[in-house]
Amino acid sequence: MTVQKPLPHDAAPLHVTGAARYVDDIPVPANCLHLAFGLSTIAKGRLSGLDLEAVRTAPGVVAVLSGADFETIPDCSPSAHDEPLLSDGTIHYAGQPLFMVVADTHLNARKAAALGRATYAEEPPILSIDEAMAAGSIFEDGPRIYTKGDVDAALAASPHVIEGRIEIGGQEHFYLEGQSALALPQEGGDMVVHSSSQHPTEIQHKVADALGVPMNAVRVEVRRMGGGFGGKESQGNHLAIACAIAAARTGRPCKMRYDRDDDFIITGKRHDARITYRAGFGDDGRLTGVEFTHLIRCGWAMDLSLPVADRAMLHADNAYDLPAARITSHRLKTNTQSATAFRGFGGPQGMVGIERVMDHVAHVLGRDPLAVRRTNYYPEARAADGAPEGSISGKKKQGAVLDTADLAGRGSVRVETGTGSATRFGAVHSPGAGAAKSGVTPYGMEVEDFILGALTEQLVETADYAARKAAVAEWNAAHDILKKGIALTPVKFGISFTLTHLNQAGALVHVYQDGSVHMNHGGTEMGQGLFQKVAQVAASRFGLPLDRVKITATDTGKVPNTSATAASSGSDLNGMAVKAACDEICARIAEVVAPDLQAEAAQVVFQGGMVRAGQAEMRFEEAVQKAYLSRVSLSATGFYKTPKIAWDRIAGKGRPFFYFAYGAACSEVVIDTLTGENRILRTDIVHDCGASLNPALDIGQIEGGFVQGAGWLTMEELVWDATGALKTHAPSTYKIPACSDRPRIFNVALWAGENQEETIYRSKAVGEPPFMLGMSVFSALADACSACGPHFPDLQAPATAEAVLAAVHRARGAA
Amino acid sequence: MGTRFILNGVPQDVTEAPTVTLLDWLRETRGLTGTKEGCNEGDCGACTVMVTDENGARALNACILFLPQLEGKAVRTVEGIAGPDGALHPVQQAMIDHHGSQCGFCTPGFVVSMAVAHLNGARDFDDQLAGNLCRCTGYAPIIRAAEAAADAPVPDWMDDAGALEEVAGPVPPYAPETADALAEWYAANPDGTLVAGATDVGLWVTKGLRDLAPVAFLNKCTGLKGITVTDDTIRIGAMTTLTDLLPVMAERHPSFAELIRRYGSVQVRNAATVGGNIANGSPIGDSPPALIALGATLHLRHGDARRDLPLEDFFLDYGRQDRAPGEFVEAVSVPVQPDRLRCYKISKRFDQDISALCGCFNLTVTDGIVTGARIAFGGMAGIPKRAAAVEAALLGKPWTLDTVTAALPRFAEDFTPLSDMRASSGYRLRTAQGLLIRYFHDISGAPASVLEVAP
Repeated sequence: MTVQKPLPHDAAPLHVTGAARYVDDIPVPANCLHLAFGLSTIAKGRLSGLDLEAVRTAPGVVAVLSGADFETIPDCSPSAHDEPLLSDGTIHYAGQPLFMVVADTHLNARKAAALGRATYAEEPPILSIDEAMAAGSIFEDGPRIYTKGDVDAALAASPHVIEGRIEIGGQEHFYLEGQSALALPQEGGDMVVHSSSQHPTEIQHKVADALGVPMNAVRVEVRRMGGGFGGKESQGNHLAIACAIAAARTGRPCKMRYDRDDDFIITGKRHDARITYRAGFGDDGRLTGVEFTHLIRCGWAMDLSLPVADRAMLHADNAYDLPAARITSHRLKTNTQSATAFRGFGGPQGMVGIERVMDHVAHVLGRDPLAVRRTNYYPEARAADGAPEGSISGKKKQGAVLDTADLAGRGSVRVETGTGSATRFGAVHSPGAGAAKSGVTPYGMEVEDFILGALTEQLVETADYAARKAAVAEWNAAHDILKKGIALTPVKFGISFTLTHLNQAGALVHVYQDGSVHMNHGGTEMGQGLFQKVAQVAASRFGLPLDRVKITATDTGKVPNTSATAASSGSDLNGMAVKAACDEICARIAEVVAPDLQAEAAQVVFQGGMVRAGQAEMRFEEAVQKAYLSRVSLSATGFYKTPKIAWDRIAGKGRPFFYFAYGAACSEVVIDTLTGENRILRTDIVHDCGASLNPALDIGQIEGGFVQGAGWLTMEELVWDATGALKTHAPSTYKIPACSDRPRIFNVALWAGENQEETIYRSKAVGEPPFMLGMSVFSALADACSACGPHFPDLQAPATAEAVLAAVHRARGAA
Repeated sequence: MGTRFILNGVPQDVTEAPTVTLLDWLRETRGLTGTKEGCNEGDCGACTVMVTDENGARALNACILFLPQLEGKAVRTVEGIAGPDGALHPVQQAMIDHHGSQCGFCTPGFVVSMAVAHLNGARDFDDQLAGNLCRCTGYAPIIRAAEAAADAPVPDWMDDAGALEEVAGPVPPYAPETADALAEWYAANPDGTLVAGATDVGLWVTKGLRDLAPVAFLNKCTGLKGITVTDDTIRIGAMTTLTDLLPVMAERHPSFAELIRRYGSVQVRNAATVGGNIANGSPIGDSPPALIALGATLHLRHGDARRDLPLEDFFLDYGRQDRAPGEFVEAVSVPVQPDRLRCYKISKRFDQDISALCGCFNLTVTDGIVTGARIAFGGMAGIPKRAAAVEAALLGKPWTLDTVTAALPRFAEDFTPLSDMRASSGYRLRTAQGLLIRYFHDISGAPASVLEVAP
């Protein structure tokens, strides 16, 4: 069986030779045209004039379009229909596309776009959290509030109460491959689009909408992305739509890729946030109640901000059993890029809030922060029920009926609650609303699979936490300028789309006469190894070597109505859908060959390239040919929908997640108290992937996620100026971790266990959860700052050298 | 006549506008799409290619490399790293075996950087790969791959040096071969653009979308190359790359060498020149503060006229230098001296980042008294600038922490730094003070950098 083997990425031989094709590498017909946007240079106001004469007459220019050239400007939004492709005259942020140039080359398009002359009636922009709060500039009708128990009473009765606030910076995705799309016009007005997108169905829907054609006239193909991280869930819409429109108008292939600076300036990033807190606790550090206020800066358009902000609330507890809690979330509308999905989808921001509370509590009590954390952990799960792996619901073909095609986006606002068809699969494992019960999240979901007690114990031992904590204290006693810090922080991350109906997936599997397999599913490949993991599933179901399974590009013509490859769901959903399709074909083959094997069909197994029953066997290829000659279909679709989930996002009650993924990291850092410079010395991680489908790929996600998470909380800083212009818009000014920034010593281990829920081979999702292991670095830096003086250092994120130096001074009681 | 060079073993004679980048030519004209565009400004390394000349093989960023810079050289792209029969290079196989690629977009650049390091026997992989960004892997598996391949023999197809004679010969008119020829051309074309390593000028084209004509490429100009060391002077030709300066400084001023190690990346240091770093007048270039602290003299030339001036006097104001039209930097020289130099670069990221501030300290202490003080900063003013008031506060005083502490307020007299995306004004000033304290401890041997702390 190929599942659980540490196989390399399927495309690795293509990657290392430069043969792997990305959108911009696809050979195009000689008459292909290239697009570029002209951008707003102000953040808010009205367009009073737009002189495009020099643009039109620039070398190589074929067409120039502005908002005035459309009866209805195409919409690019994945949610609220509030993102016109080109400005309708209103300016919402500095970087908003005003016009688009269609030219013979990429460079000519860019040069021409620079010649546009816009004049504006400027208005004062709303940029900051404070400005947005003062102006009441928000999405939704008011704040969302989740409550558990009576937090006011709990705080009033607490021996200790702390208050504080933390600013949490945003993050640029910096996928190495920038946004890109290629539209190829077909006969009869049809369009084929190659897009660097995590959400081909969304691209298909938005392009069809823009062209005024049904979705069946648009086919979207995605072979791979050069990184996504959430940044290609909705942000590719603009390019695909622009290319499709230009292709439809000119009848020529059209391609667009953002220059890196444009990519920074136009597209959304991780939401930055301010979290304020009031927390009550006892002498042992056990929390009695916590009140959080989340102020989430969403930018100018809604995009996916509501579910992002929801997920921040859903992770305000992280690993901690809060006896009482109130989480209030404001979603602020500002004249900046529209913040979007980014690995963790709000979860990281929510978790940073409670981890700050833990560090603050420990500081007040003078206790080891790890002890405070463990005191507050959720109750450990009972031993797994050991439910047998068996036939799962994957063979069911019916899916939720969508009444409009708009529903495939995570930002969908037409559905306010998601208690849909999934509830029929069984009891919703959640108690009554608001019960202040142990082991229940602030949103009323019982935590049934908690393993962080044991996992933390393992990490404490393998990282030698106690001895190293003492060694850090010794170092700090002996050194004045360079101080060390150490921290161990946990992660509990909820797995499922919180918009319940998105938790479905389809697959299409063909077996050809020669026994080779062609596999397709709705998931997209952005480097995470999804295609390989799912191919391992298919190979295992057929009992074939992996090289008999052909991995193919994601294609809306093969599998329709897919959800974004997002929310870490790729393997869970598509693995199950492919399994269902494979099992369907196996069952048909078994029926055909059972008489030859002198067995019942149910006894037939597929192993080692053979089809067997007892001692009788035949080669898979032979069985396939028998099935073909018997006129049995060797092609099947597969479908899967996640069971057990039901969620009311307005009430903040239900079971939004099928299960939780867990992990913990221990990081040691050193800081320079003269400059604030800092670096990671060592990190140890134990992470829970259930029964891993591919340990090598999963470890890759953990290592990479950790470094990306640590980058977010340390050196990655987005800076806007007072006019709302983004000043960090290229790798020269925005610094993601480089090679030497990874921990000097970096130990990653997988937790030995399996998912107690019935997932694909009992594995767990791994895309997002490890990102939040980077919080250990932030807490370790705070620990090092604490070693500089008696005061709470109140470290802010990102912990740049400047932020660390400020915290050092606060610890010393200096201004 | 076009530019002649070898591409993956095959001689080329290319006639294109002189400001077409190698990356655009590879991808758009030749259809060699393995080399990727990640940032188009030399900061991500996705476009890394191997360029071989008489000095050996080096990694360079193709996105800010103009075709005429390749005159007489050999280029090897990722498509040429595997053997002619498709056999994988050891670093390619190791990248597969050690899971060094995820999305794969940065991978060709990494593979080329790794192959060049492998060819040159370099094993300081964190430095060799500092110019290649990866957003997926967290780098650990890439380093494992580099280590695993280190001992494998270099495949024979990687040797491009033997083929260079195939493209030797006369050079195009826009590439003067001597300083005299350059002086004549520039005097006649004072509005022209001189292209040295193009790590800055390249961005005028790729980001500024500027037209540079008339243009002269200095890469064939032998008179500007090389470092000459005499008993009392180190003379550094303007076209000396940072890569070539590093080993010379490692022997004499190791802290300057450490600064150069963190200057740009391998790819940038292989292209960037000392002359360019001075002549562009940037307030945040890293070599001017170090050179000023060493007491450097700048050698300028206009036609046949030459003049020398203290380097700090070259920088007049933001964007303005003491350089006449048609006048160019021929060399910079520093006096041979005992090493008391320490260079401190403060940036958001340690490697390949532009300094928020860069402080270079060179104090002479005789019998416990400060008898010489040259302190220069980048990033603290519109130009690289000496801290004259601080120097004055130290001169003649006993070299003690009290003296240092007493001098700290003087920084505010020397500098009124800006707030920008790299740091605030307050941080810059406070940290400049901190660096003087660091110098005091550092020069006496106490640990002073987080980079020196072992886990």
